[in-house]
Amino acid sequence: MSSRRAPQTDTLSPPRLTHLQRLEAESIHIMREVAAECAKPVMLYSIGKDSAVMLHLAAKAFYPSPPPFPLLHVDTTWKFRAMYQMRERMAAELGFELLVHKNPDALARGINPFDHGSLHTDLWKTEGLKQALDLYGFDAAFGGARRDEEKSRAKERIFSFRSANHRWDPKNQRPELWRLYNARKHKGESIRVFPISNWTELDVWQYIQLENIPVVPLYFAAERPVVRRDGALIMVDDDRMRLRDGEKAETLKVRFRTLGCYPLTGAVESNAETLTAIIQEMLLTTTSERQGRVIDHDQGASMEKKKQEGYF
Amino acid sequence: MAHVSNLVGEDIEAYLKQHQHKSLLRFITCGSVDDGKSTLIGRLLYDSRMIFEDQLAALEADSKIAGTRGGALDLALLVDGLAAEREQGITIDVAYRFFSTDKRKFIVADTPGHEQYTRNMVTGASTADLAIILIDARKGVLTQTRRHSYLVQLMGIRRAVLAVNKMDLVEWSKDTFDKIVADYTGFADRIGLQNIVAMPLSGLTGDNITSKSPLTPWYEGPALMQHLEEVEIDEQRRINGPFRMPVQWVNRPNADFRGFAGQIVGGAVRPGDTIRIAPSGKLSTIARIVTKDGDLREAVAGQSVTLTLTDEIDCSRGDVIAAATDPPEASDQFETTLVWMSDEPALPGRPYWLKIGARTVSASITEIKHKINVNTLEELAAKVLDLNEIAVANISVDQAIAFDTYDANPDMGGFILIDRTTNATVAAGLIHFALRRAQNVHWQSIDVTRSARAEIKNQKPAVLWFTGLSGAGKSTIANLVDKKLHSLGKHTVLLDGDNVRHGLNRDLGFTDADRVENIRRVAEVAKLMADAGLIVLVSFISPFRAERDLARRLMADGEFFEVFVDTSLADAEKRDVKGLYAKARAGQLKNFTGVNSPYERPENPEIHIDTTKLDAEAAAALIVTRLTG
Repeated sequence: MSSRRAPQTDTLSPPRLTHLQRLEAESIHIMREVAAECAKPVMLYSIGKDSAVMLHLAAKAFYPSPPPFPLLHVDTTWKFRAMYQMRERMAAELGFELLVHKNPDALARGINPFDHGSLHTDLWKTEGLKQALDLYGFDAAFGGARRDEEKSRAKERIFSFRSANHRWDPKNQRPELWRLYNARKHKGESIRVFPISNWTELDVWQYIQLENIPVVPLYFAAERPVVRRDGALIMVDDDRMRLRDGEKAETLKVRFRTLGCYPLTGAVESNAETLTAIIQEMLLTTTSERQGRVIDHDQGASMEKKKQEGYF
Repeated sequence: MAHVSNLVGEDIEAYLKQHQHKSLLRFITCGSVDDGKSTLIGRLLYDSRMIFEDQLAALEADSKIAGTRGGALDLALLVDGLAAEREQGITIDVAYRFFSTDKRKFIVADTPGHEQYTRNMVTGASTADLAIILIDARKGVLTQTRRHSYLVQLMGIRRAVLAVNKMDLVEWSKDTFDKIVADYTGFADRIGLQNIVAMPLSGLTGDNITSKSPLTPWYEGPALMQHLEEVEIDEQRRINGPFRMPVQWVNRPNADFRGFAGQIVGGAVRPGDTIRIAPSGKLSTIARIVTKDGDLREAVAGQSVTLTLTDEIDCSRGDVIAAATDPPEASDQFETTLVWMSDEPALPGRPYWLKIGARTVSASITEIKHKINVNTLEELAAKVLDLNEIAVANISVDQAIAFDTYDANPDMGGFILIDRTTNATVAAGLIHFALRRAQNVHWQSIDVTRSARAEIKNQKPAVLWFTGLSGAGKSTIANLVDKKLHSLGKHTVLLDGDNVRHGLNRDLGFTDADRVENIRRVAEVAKLMADAGLIVLVSFISPFRAERDLARRLMADGEFFEVFVDTSLADAEKRDVKGLYAKARAGQLKNFTGVNSPYERPENPEIHIDTTKLDAEAAAALIVTRLTG
C-alpha cells in the first residue's frame, strides 16, 4: 500500500500492517506466482468494482513493468453502456492489452435476456468464457470472486483447477498450505485464480476509496429511467429494452450494488452519491449483495451447479 | 457483508477510519463431528450481525427443510456450503468465513472433524494465528480432540482456546468444566501445546460468546469474542526475526531496471542494508524498495515489494534475499515431518516435486523413520505412508536449497510435495533440521572425466532401458542387442531384473514401495556404469512412469533410451514363459504387474517395439541401428 500508509517504525505498536495492507500483499503475491508459473495467463475483466480492484492490484504487482498478461472481457453485448466506456478507459490507463470475446453462436442466434431466460447466461457467459480460453490457449485466468459472496464460494480454493472441458470438481481440489500454491497442470487443463478471495465487500469499497480507484458511475445514485418488473427496478439503458404491457419507464434516483447485463440487474432506490455514502448504505442495508442478480434465485445450490458447468 | 456498528449511522467517517486500521486475526475451529463447530461459527457471524435479512429468511426456510433443530433456526446451515454436505449433514472441506468487530477483522477456517479429513485441518491450520478446539461438555476429551490438538501443535499455532461447548446440556456445571480442563491440560502439556485459554460456552444459546454469561458466575475469564479481539497476533515475532524474502519474479521492464519481486516472510529491510543471496551466499546491498506508490524507507514481513540491488549479481526466482549476518542454512537433505494428503501412498525413493518458498526442486523420501499415531502419540515403523498419516521422514533434494527450520519460520521451513504424474499436492512437510551427512559429504572431484573414460573405449556411453510386461520379450531382445553390440566391439553390460534381484536387491519384495527402491538402485548402478563409459542394457518391467523418469533424469542428455517392448496383456499371458501369469491368476502371486498391479505405459519412449509386428531379431537390429546409426 502507498507510502503515506507505510507501516509505523516504532516497535511498540503491535499491528504494524492493517488488514487491508495484508490483503493487498497477499493478492499481489498470488498474481506474481501465476505470472511466474503459468505459460499464458489472462485477467478476466467484468468491469465491476471487484475487477477494478483486481486491475489496480495487478498494476502494483508488476510495477514498473506493465502487467505481463492481457485483459479479457467476455461480452454478452447486453452490458450497461457506462460499463463499455469504463472498459476502454481502464485498459488504456493501466497499460493492459484488452481482448473482447463475444460468443459467435449466441450472436448468430440472437440470444437475449428477454426471450432466452437462463440460456442467455449459459451461452454468452459460460460458453463464451470457455470458447475464449480455448481460442487463445490461456492456461490461467484471474477472476474477481470473493469467498464472502456466497456459501459455495467460501470453500473455493484460490487456485481452482478445471479439467480440459472446464469442469470444476469440488471434491478434487488441491489443498493450499501456507502461501504455497501448486500451479502445475497437464496440457489442456487450466486454473481459475481468485486473488481477492479473502476480501469482503467492505474491504473492496474501502480500498477503492483509499486508493482512488475509478469505478463505473452506475454504482452512484442518480436519476435514471427504470421500470418495475417482478419486484425489481430494471433500467432502460438503450432502445433494445422491451417493455411489457402496462410497463412504463419512470425516473427514479437509483444506484446499482452489482453490475451485469442491464435487463437482468436490479437497481435500488438510493441517495448515495459518494463512496462514503455507498459504504454507509451498504453497511446499513439489510439485503445481501448478490440479491440484485437474477441468476442466483432458482435454488439453494444453483451457484455451485453453475460452477461445476464452467461458469466463473 | 459487514459488521454493523452504531458508528456507521452516526459517523461513517469515524467508522471507516476505525475499520481501516483494524488488525487481522486468522483462526481455525476444530472439533469432532457434532461438537457444534458450524453452530459456533454461525453464532459468531449472527452475533456480529454479519447476516443480512434475505440470508436470514433463506436460513429460516432451510432450517425447516434441512435443519436439525426441529424447524427452529439452525445456525450451522449458514456455514455448511456445498450441496453434498448439506445432504449428509456434515462439513467436508475447509471453508473460510469473514466477520469483524469494532476492534478486529477475522478470517475463520472451518475445518472438518472427521478422521479421514486430517489434510483439511492441516491446510486450515497452516495460515492460522489461533485455534479454537471444541469439546462437547457431555463427552469430554475424545480421541479426536487429541488428534486435533496434536495437529495444532505440529503446525506451530502458538495460541489455543479450549471451548467447552454445549455447557447448557450439563447445567453449566463447574465440576464438569473443571474436570475436562484438568484432563485436557495434562494432555496438552505432554504434546507441548501452550497458551491455552479454556472457556465454558454454548454456541446454541450464545452464552459466553459475545458477553460474559450470568449462568457461569464461577468463570473468571473473558467471553470468546473479547478474547479473540484482544489476543496477541503472532505477527510481531515474524517481524522481529531475520530478514527473508523469497524471490518470486524478476522484474525487467528495460535494460536499466532489474528488480526482485516477492513477499517478505521475515524481518525488515531498508535501503543500504547488506544482504546475502541464499543459497549462493553472494553479498550485495539494497538500493531501493520499489512500489507503484513510491519508494519505501522500510518494508517488513507481510509486505509484497520489489527490491533493487547495488550490484549486478546472479539472483533469480526461488533464491532468497536474506540478512547478510543471519542468513538461512542451505542443504540438500533434511529430517522433516510429513502429513500425507493423497490416496496414493508415499513411496520412499519415488521422485516428487518439492515446492518451498518460490523454489521447486526434485525430491525423494530417503527414509521413513517412523509414523506417528496421532491418537496415542506412539511411534510406529512404516515402509509406506497412507492418506492422512503423519511421519518423521528424511527427504533428499537434487540441489541445495535455502531454508530455516519450520519452528523458526514456517514460510522458510514449510513445503509441499507434488506428484510428478498427476500434479496433485500429496503432502505438507515441515523441516526440522538439515542432516549432517549432507553438510559433510561433498562430491569428490575426479580428474579422469567421464568423457575421457568413454573416449578410450571409442564409444558414446548410453543406457538402454527395456520396459514392458513380464513375458513381453524384454530379456530376449536385450540379450540379442547385447550380442550384436559386443560383436561390433562395443563395451556393454546387461542388468537383468531377475538377476539383480538375486544379489544387490535380494532384500526387496514386490510391494509398490520395494519396486520403487528396486528401480532406484538399478538406475544408480546404471549411471555409475555409464559414467565408466559403458553401454548399459537394463531389462526391468519397471511398471511406474515416475521411476523410469527418475532413471532418465540421472543420465546425461541424449544418453538415455527408453525401449518400450509393447505386447498386449493377452499376448504376454498367452505366452507365459515362466508360468507366472497362471500363478498370479490363481492368487498365488501378489502384486503381479498387469494382473493385480498396474503397468503405466511409456508416453514418449525413444524406441517403441511392437511385438506383433517385429520378431526379436528384427527388434534387436532396429535398436542397434538407432544406437550406432
